[in-house]
Amino acid sequence: MLEVRGLSAAYGKAQVLFELDFVAHAGEVLALLGRNGAGKSTALKRIMGLLPPRTGEIRFGGARIDALPPFRIARLGLGYVPEERRIFTDLSVRENLEVGRQPPRDGAAHWTPDRLFELFPNLGRMQDRLGGRMSGGEQQMLAVARTLMGNPRAILLDEPAEGLAPIVVEQVALAIRELKAQGLCVLLCEQNLHFARQLADRACLLEQGRIRASGTLEAVESLYAMV
Amino acid sequence: MTAASVLLQFLNGLASASSLFLVAAGLSLIFGVTRIVNFAHGSLFMLGMYAAVALAPYVGFWWSVPLAALAVGALGAVLEALLLRRLYAAPELLQLLATFALVLIIKDFALWAWGPEDLLGPRAPGLEGAVAIAGSRFPEYDVFLIACGPIVLAALWQLLRRTRWGTLVRAATQDRDMANALGVDQRHLFGSVFALGALLAGLGGALQIPREPATLAIDLQVISDAFVVVVVGGLGSIPGAFLAALLIGEIKAFCIGLGFSEFTLAVEFVVMAIVLVLRPWGLLGQMPAPVRGAGAHEPAFALPSRGALQALVAVALALCVVPLLSGGYTLVLLTDILLFALFAVSLHFLMGPGGMLSFGHAAYFGLGAYGAGLLLLKAETSMGLALLAAPLFAVFAAVVFGWFCVRLSGVYLAMLTLAFAQITWSVVYQWDAFTGGSNGLIGIWPAGWLSGKTAYYYVTLATSLAGIAAMWRVLYAPFGYALRAGRDSPLRADAIGIDVRAQQWAGFVFAGLFAGIAGALYAFSKGSISPEALAVPRSVDGLVMVLLGGLHTLTGPVWGAALFTWLQDSVARGFDYWRAVIGAVILLLVIAVPGGLGSILRARSSR
Ligand SMILES: Nc1ncnc2c1ncn2[C@@H]1O[C@H](COP(=O)(O)OP(=O)(O)OP(=O)(O)O)[C@@H](O)[C@H]1O
Ligand SMILES: [Mg+2]
Repeated sequence: MLEVRGLSAAYGKAQVLFELDFVAHAGEVLALLGRNGAGKSTALKRIMGLLPPRTGEIRFGGARIDALPPFRIARLGLGYVPEERRIFTDLSVRENLEVGRQPPRDGAAHWTPDRLFELFPNLGRMQDRLGGRMSGGEQQMLAVARTLMGNPRAILLDEPAEGLAPIVVEQVALAIRELKAQGLCVLLCEQNLHFARQLADRACLLEQGRIRASGTLEAVESLYAMV
Repeated sequence: MTAASVLLQFLNGLASASSLFLVAAGLSLIFGVTRIVNFAHGSLFMLGMYAAVALAPYVGFWWSVPLAALAVGALGAVLEALLLRRLYAAPELLQLLATFALVLIIKDFALWAWGPEDLLGPRAPGLEGAVAIAGSRFPEYDVFLIACGPIVLAALWQLLRRTRWGTLVRAATQDRDMANALGVDQRHLFGSVFALGALLAGLGGALQIPREPATLAIDLQVISDAFVVVVVGGLGSIPGAFLAALLIGEIKAFCIGLGFSEFTLAVEFVVMAIVLVLRPWGLLGQMPAPVRGAGAHEPAFALPSRGALQALVAVALALCVVPLLSGGYTLVLLTDILLFALFAVSLHFLMGPGGMLSFGHAAYFGLGAYGAGLLLLKAETSMGLALLAAPLFAVFAAVVFGWFCVRLSGVYLAMLTLAFAQITWSVVYQWDAFTGGSNGLIGIWPAGWLSGKTAYYYVTLATSLAGIAAMWRVLYAPFGYALRAGRDSPLRADAIGIDVRAQQWAGFVFAGLFAGIAGALYAFSKGSISPEALAVPRSVDGLVMVLLGGLHTLTGPVWGAALFTWLQDSVARGFDYWRAVIGAVILLLVIAVPGGLGSILRARSSR
């Protein structure tokens, strides 16, 4: 579903990603593992069109997306939840969801605020709360919910468990499993092995902007411990 | 003052607050979403006025208002689609330059379409009378205007809070990249926001025609008022703009009511200066999100190569021999070019290496000019002493104004420089007894030995080149490096022990000094000065010179000053619409050569 070939990325003159190759399929969770600064977030931004295009090819559902602006990519059904969450702090929970809303899409679940409040009951209890007045965990759920409002076929998650209490991490993991069960393709950036182990079907190990290994989680895990 | 007259002044204040709010709301909305400071907003207001005056005879006043507003809104949509859309990713300064160019073009369009005379609009049918309030008569139309402000505020509020469009606008105001990644098409959003902002400006203008005639000078007047309101209220905040419009409308009304009408020009800028110092983001504004990676792509000024230095020396030598080959007009033009080059380089010093955007650099130029005139005529000093001491006027102002300005950054700093320039201008403009008021000062001629064109040319040449060389030299001295370090990463500079504010303050004063020298040279070359020497358009000229030449090049401002002064001089002679020509040239340059003239030269020399 999401295919990346020879992808590179740079901030100004500093190249950060070198020739990444990976494929993520519908209904699976692919983990992108790597330490701080390995280039995980950069890879997601590049896929999402938030960094200037460079060499490499990105295909989504068969179509080239590497030269498209972010909103076009989102409208093709690729959702993005950034590491910093980037909740609109001046907007209420409902309004945050409204920003993410897109028309229903064939071959993807159709999300409404009410269905999302079933998935994240906490959010349902604070529909009129301003984004800026929410805890980190609540913001994380809102960020995921907001992206789901676009009825995506694939979703890019950047360290969704970072800085959250164990019980909230549990909730987030539950939600991700639910999405996978619905046939979504999930690309999960993670440096927390424990969390990745619960969810990922396959993994790629990213080290200093290059893919060092890929395969089953167990295979990659032993290498990751050594980095 | 009786209670009745207090009430009347209060109502007057409300009436002017309404139209102020309409313009400011549009400006604020546009800035909030697109981050573009639309200098042409006052021009759109002006177009609204002219369009309504032109339409009223055919469709009647009440239809002319919405039609004019819609026409201006449509024009806004076109401008956004054709021009601004190309510039969202461009540096802030290029955007400003493009909207400056629109100011020039729109002004000349109005001149061409409606002529230079002020045009009186019709009265509003049905509201020609006056109501008796506390024993005085208050125009019915003003009562209607008073109601317009809150109605528009409520409508905007509903639009922003209750519609999907409004939600998207508020989201994009906060984080446009995230909105983009969620599938929000910015082009439609920005286009519609720009059209709505333009429509509000046009509406404000059209509603104003029963109260004052349409004039060509209203554009810059309105834009400076609107800047003040938007900055006092907080950039991007509509309720803030409303509050600020009320505050400023009232303060102005009471100034007139209490018989201090000469203060009205300055008072709003005093309010702005106070608010900005106490609450740097305005009454209801929030600290702007830092621009990601700002300063990262500012190229360092490399030391000029040997070849480049030789070329500069050759140019200087060539300038020395010009009087031997030619005289008269060429010398006058070159004298102008030289002193404006000094002015432009001083502005560039402030904006480029200093990182402080100034909308009011003419204040220092004009103070230098007035300093020279006043010393010569009032203090009766010799010309030499006047020329030497005049820049101290500019330095003194830069010390005071700079102290406030360096406490802010970005657009806010720029607005404060504009405020101080406007205060200076209004003091000069209104102090008839001392500065000659609107007539200015005449008879500022150089001493006998310098009265010839050639002699004065050599003085200007020597002074300007020495000044420019001094500023360039300082860029590569520890002070220049510290200044640039403060611009590129204030926190890091602070951490290594650079007092960023003190450096910026010193930079501000240093730039002010050379602008003052240029002003003093200007006064003696013309023999007379008027308040135009320190008005907003002169500041704009300076910005255009710098940006034409390219902010990121060392010599760019010199070429920019030369081209601009030459264009102004040659085109203006034969053609009434020379400003529009300059505007068109600027737009072409902005779109085709975003790095400015200097970048072409640099590309050549590095090839
Ligand atoms: N805006 C930026 N400008 C310049 N360099 C950047 C920028 N963002 C990240 N980098 C650099 O790019 C490299 C990869 O960063 P990235 O954020 O992708 O890492 P990451 O794997 O997501 O790390 P983390 O686990 O800390 O989130 C790092 O060396 C980082 O310093
Ligand atoms: Mg990251």
